[in-house]
Amino acid sequence: MTVLLQAIELTRVLPGDVPVTLVDRVSLQIERGEFVSIVGPSGSGKSSLLYLLGLLDRPTSGRLILDGVDTAGFSEDRLADTRLAKLGFVFQFHFLLPEFSLLDNVALPMRRLRRWSEAEIEARALARLGELGLAGHERKLPQAISGGQRQRVAIARALANEPLLILADEPTGNLDTAASANVRAILRELCHRQGTTVVTVTHDTGFAAAADRCITLVDGHVVTPEPSQ
Amino acid sequence: MNVTLAVAWAHLVGRKRQTLVALGGVVLGVAFFLATSSLMRGSERDFLQRLVDNAPHITVYDEYRDPPAQPAALRWPEAALALPRVKPQRETRGIRGWPRLLEALRQRPGLPYGVRVAPVLNGAVVLSFAGRVQGLQLSGIDPLAMKGVSTIESKMIEGSLDSLDADASGIVLGAGLMQQFQLRVGSTVTVVAAGGLSRSLKVVGVFRTGNQGYDEGQAFVKLQRAQALLGRENRVNRLILQLDDPQAAAALAPQIEAQWGYKSVSWSEASQDILSLLVIRNLIMYTVVSAILVVASLGIYNTLSTVALEKTRDIAILKSMGFHARELQRIFLLQGLAVGVLGSLIGLGLGALLMQALGQVKVKPPGAVDVTHLPIYWGPEQFALAAAFALLSALAAAWLPARKAANLQPVDILRGAA
Repeated sequence: MTVLLQAIELTRVLPGDVPVTLVDRVSLQIERGEFVSIVGPSGSGKSSLLYLLGLLDRPTSGRLILDGVDTAGFSEDRLADTRLAKLGFVFQFHFLLPEFSLLDNVALPMRRLRRWSEAEIEARALARLGELGLAGHERKLPQAISGGQRQRVAIARALANEPLLILADEPTGNLDTAASANVRAILRELCHRQGTTVVTVTHDTGFAAAADRCITLVDGHVVTPEPSQ
Repeated sequence: MNVTLAVAWAHLVGRKRQTLVALGGVVLGVAFFLATSSLMRGSERDFLQRLVDNAPHITVYDEYRDPPAQPAALRWPEAALALPRVKPQRETRGIRGWPRLLEALRQRPGLPYGVRVAPVLNGAVVLSFAGRVQGLQLSGIDPLAMKGVSTIESKMIEGSLDSLDADASGIVLGAGLMQQFQLRVGSTVTVVAAGGLSRSLKVVGVFRTGNQGYDEGQAFVKLQRAQALLGRENRVNRLILQLDDPQAAAALAPQIEAQWGYKSVSWSEASQDILSLLVIRNLIMYTVVSAILVVASLGIYNTLSTVALEKTRDIAILKSMGFHARELQRIFLLQGLAVGVLGSLIGLGLGALLMQALGQVKVKPPGAVDVTHLPIYWGPEQFALAAAFALLSALAAAWLPARKAANLQPVDILRGAA
């Protein structure tokens, strides 16, 4: 396996009268095809670390190398382009656009990327939704389906552009036990069957158990020796 | 469909009522802008038309703009001179060699527009009839030439200027004076000139212009009659010019003055006060009607900033997904533009209907004989101006929400929503 993502001494400090250190000198490596869980108590900086790894936030210091490219000097637009082409996000809240059908929500990143023709985009979006058990619901609006289904649509959307890495922030945080297990299984399946790399931040102990590797964060530090095995 | 366009459209359609309110503001703003400005511009043009029709386009006077220099000043141009009690040279006033000037103006080579010229000799006289006297301005005219440069013939209520040709001792008076002196056509009146000469003249025509001062204080006789009466044989002191293109007057008048020396005043120079008044009036009008559109743009701002506030989650996910700040800005600018374009189109239609309706309103201006309609100006530049202003204010209103959306940091929203 090769390294997909490498973080070197990543630090994120929120400026202010009393600066708050969210992430403190975190170094880690994530291999291609790995299923990694970041766990830790509330306020330990898990989500902040995920935002840094997902290029949604810039580190105060430290470097992040994604797919062999150092992202330090990237402009906002280049960061956005990288997110669009290489990363997929799933958040605790589904963030589906309420005015768009499930199909259009999943097609949105593809339409923005313009790698495929419109016909291909529709076919791919239908396929993604079908794979995630949403066949027959494609033309519905997000409010017409259940919370678990919405989260599956969000996963389909995250997969739309065939990302190298899926970053999930508490993807089961709003779901009941059955739906949580379902989402967990899907992410695991993605990882093991299709070789997509998955990093999740979670409180869900089931996730931690299902992951290839757990990184535990306390007060912005990594406490598990890394690599663990 | 373009993704940004699709999102912009979804935002607009998703908030139908607010979008309609914003749209209504723009529609009414554009319509009233158009109706008001067409009415104001219409009345302005109507006014200018009357001004241009009734006043000579160019008047050549028997005067010089700068009085001729004194011989002593010509002799010693560098000297510091003080010559007290110098009177101008005595001369018989009038335009010298006016028939030549007249001919030259009529056959001005290379002039792209037709010129009609009439010679006039003006002088003060006193009219007396049945023991009553009244000061008058007497104009000696060539009836045929006068008809070409003045609307006075159309104001005749009895007789015609041609009657002056038929009867060399004829005089044409205003209706006001006729009533004051209880005269009728055929009455004989005595006219006394300032020089002391007097003459009995027969009333052969009556005019009514609606201007009371003019109708009571103006009289016309044949040119030769006036010259004899005023003791100024073969002289005239005005040349009145009427052009096919009134706008050319401002350029032609200085040319005449430069060539012949006599003071030549175009109608626009003579009416400078009124013209500058019209400029101020337009300024006030456009300020007021623009205010309507500014208020309308507040409606757009209100709608879009609400959308920007409510759609922070959508904006955050679009940004985290990989949309550029510029594209999010475009989403909001597109919404403003859509409201502006649609509002302008409907507003222009409604405005045209309003203009049509206003054009049906009948008015009877004082002094006018006929009932006329409100003057409406249908110039296309007003439609363009109203639409351009509406679009501009719509975009300006969308600008702030657009910038807010563009500058939104997805992490701030994601943290809060988690």
